[in-house]
Amino acid sequence: MLRYSRAKIAAVLFLAVAGFVYSAPSLMSPETRTALRESTPGFLPSWLMPHQAIVLGLDLQGGSHVLLEVDSAAVLKTQVATLRDDMRRILRDEKIALAGGLAVLPRGVSVRITDEAERKRVVPKFRELVTPTSSIMGGGGQPAMTLVEDQDGLVTLSITDAGVTEKIRKAIDQAIEVLRRRIDALGTTEPNIQRQGVDRILVQVPGLQDPKRLKDILGTTAQLEFRMVAEGNSSSPDVEMLPQTEANQPPLPIEKRVIVQGEDLIDAQPGFDQRTSEPIVNFKFNIRGAQRFGTATSESVGRALAIVLDKKVISAPRIQTAITGGQGQISGRFTVEAANNLAILLRAGALPAPLTIVEERTVGPGLGQDSINAGKIAAYVAAFLVVGFMFVTYGLFGLFANIALIIHVVLIFAMMSLIGTTLTLPGIAGIVLTIGTAVDSNVLIYERIREEARQGRSMIASLDAGFTRAFATIVDSNVTMFIAAAILFFLGSGPVRGFAVTMVFGIVTTVVTAVTMTRMMIALWYTRARPQKLPF
Amino acid sequence: MKLLRIIPDDTSFGFMAFRRLSFPFSALISLISVGAFFAIGLNFGIDFTGGTLIEMKTLTGKADIASVRTAAAELDLGDVEVQEFGNQGEVSLRFGLQPGGEKGQQAVVERVRATFGKDYEFRRVEVVGPRVSGELVQSGILGVVLSIIAVLIYLWFRFEWQFAVGAVIATLHDLVLTMGFFAITQIEFNMTSIAAILTIVGYSLNDTVVVFDRIRELLRKYKKMPIAELLDLSINSTLSRTVMTSVTTSLALLALVLFGGSVIKSFSWAMIFGVVIGTYSSIFIAAPVLIYLGARVSGDTQEASTESADASQSTAR
Repeated sequence: MLRYSRAKIAAVLFLAVAGFVYSAPSLMSPETRTALRESTPGFLPSWLMPHQAIVLGLDLQGGSHVLLEVDSAAVLKTQVATLRDDMRRILRDEKIALAGGLAVLPRGVSVRITDEAERKRVVPKFRELVTPTSSIMGGGGQPAMTLVEDQDGLVTLSITDAGVTEKIRKAIDQAIEVLRRRIDALGTTEPNIQRQGVDRILVQVPGLQDPKRLKDILGTTAQLEFRMVAEGNSSSPDVEMLPQTEANQPPLPIEKRVIVQGEDLIDAQPGFDQRTSEPIVNFKFNIRGAQRFGTATSESVGRALAIVLDKKVISAPRIQTAITGGQGQISGRFTVEAANNLAILLRAGALPAPLTIVEERTVGPGLGQDSINAGKIAAYVAAFLVVGFMFVTYGLFGLFANIALIIHVVLIFAMMSLIGTTLTLPGIAGIVLTIGTAVDSNVLIYERIREEARQGRSMIASLDAGFTRAFATIVDSNVTMFIAAAILFFLGSGPVRGFAVTMVFGIVTTVVTAVTMTRMMIALWYTRARPQKLPF
Repeated sequence: MKLLRIIPDDTSFGFMAFRRLSFPFSALISLISVGAFFAIGLNFGIDFTGGTLIEMKTLTGKADIASVRTAAAELDLGDVEVQEFGNQGEVSLRFGLQPGGEKGQQAVVERVRATFGKDYEFRRVEVVGPRVSGELVQSGILGVVLSIIAVLIYLWFRFEWQFAVGAVIATLHDLVLTMGFFAITQIEFNMTSIAAILTIVGYSLNDTVVVFDRIRELLRKYKKMPIAELLDLSINSTLSRTVMTSVTTSLALLALVLFGGSVIKSFSWAMIFGVVIGTYSSIFIAAPVLIYLGARVSGDTQEASTESADASQSTAR
């Protein structure tokens, strides 16, 4: 009980000091923290120098949390369409004329080839589609497609579950890249974009004043197409009616053939029309796009060219002269902001599939600051009440417990800063709650010491028995709390998870501070003061 | 200095005799809770129902709650719940799930912004679509069930099965009463409430385990003592700790209720309720249940035959 090796005392002291040192950056200005980080000597890992402030959750610093889900049906539809095109190309290359044509199924494409010789020629080519080159990383070794040949010449290629999942995974990867480019263009600080589950993307953007703009930018697929406005017969199968973005305008007949797509753009910038000073978007094509655009415009001078974004016509200007320079402008009665947004979307590229917002949580910066203030006051008041209560109940021992309590809270902050976990409003509540529960270990020990003393043991024997016997109970009772908090961590999301984190950290540190640290303090006090009886 | 002592040192209260009162009492309030749960129901927040929650603060001094209510009803977005809170003109609007699946929800915020955007600052906007709310319900239920099973297994390993069963009965008791509390007070039930419930489960078990630890210790020490007497002794000797910890935890929670802000307030009220019933159930439910389950310490079955040899040892203490 009384003997502690110098190394052990040093270790505990070091832990306490490290707690203060690593939680200190949260109280510094951002400039000081940057200076600290930059002054780290090169041979040391950067985390060793305390410079990390605690990360505040979006509910405390204000910001938007948006959960997007990829439209799996649309992904599958594109996949089937690509398959159909591939099969059609193979049949054309092999010069096979079909009686029935290709049948598009929900999950695949089938074709009836009655002539056996023709079928023998085509099926191996189809098989090449089934075993695509992506087998290097393919969906866990499972085939993305299956090929079934019926006796009566019906060949069916279907996309497997693994194939769909793989495609969705790729679509999400691409979408994350596109979203990152788009959000970076908004100029916000430290956005967090990550995959969630199979078909979702979580976007967290701190400190944004206007979430509507963010949502507009996230929710747009931005598939840009240049297509001709149909002349004459608008009921042809090669023509479709598309609505216009401008309100109260009739739909226009647009040819299905796409001249140039958004992927051929290399730049897009907002600007103003020189004559009308209306906001516009200037764009530049790559070489392929410039060639196609040049050819198409020179063939169709005088006709109207539709600029179509996500199946809506932005505008359909008449082609005055051939545009061969690979540059042009989009006008469409934009506001300045709309022109800005469109330029961002075009630069970042189109999403591989439409994304839908399934959850949104936005906290304004004012509310975030109010929450921080409220949390601070609650924490101070709780600490004051608990510290006072412990002191009037246990006197000097209460003081020891209180010192341990302060180090306990400091250690939670230090751990959170070092690991980089997020502090949320429920997290603050969790810390305040641990202020109340952390002293439980001390209470267990002290009450046990009293009991042992009442049974007539010597002071030193009571102290020793108190610590040893209470320890088993402390472990047991904290494990149950830990289980509940850990489950909450794995199931909860966002703010609630922040609560679980502080609870888990609080449980871990309380065992160190309330047991080891108070024990040392009591041992030191006992060896110095040599008291005859318990002070409480 | 005269130090504070809530529980006198020589307390020896007959807790077990109280089970004839506490069991029917608990049965009654559990029934009331179940009744309230089904008759009144919980006031589910948008986390679980889906929908839109908007908190706004007036920019022009005083919030005119009546006109907000009228204007919100005229938005034609189904049932809307308008509430004034705080003391600086803060208003919350809660809309139910709109038709039109995931996409249908997005229109609400825009309509509300168009109507109130001039006079109010939007402080919080939460939109939860139908799919996400369904998943949150699942993970909430799963969390509570999993934690009870996990703790049951842990206690079964650490103690005997009787203790595990006693602890789980007490925990279920607390759970039922907490649901009743949410139903009767109509405090909004959301993801934070699940956090509160899991913390109550953790706290209640923590309390129960401390008492059980002592029971186990005393069972080993006094093998001949009648079980009821032994349970009384265990509870009395841990009573002062039980009360101390309830007080420190409640003090911290009280600070949260008074100063923690509106989001934390309902969480903290539920927690305070949980601390009170968690303490009650450890003493008046979990421990007396052991009498009926016939709690014994492992190894006792063999030692029972050599009880006479043990008896001399325990009297020597």
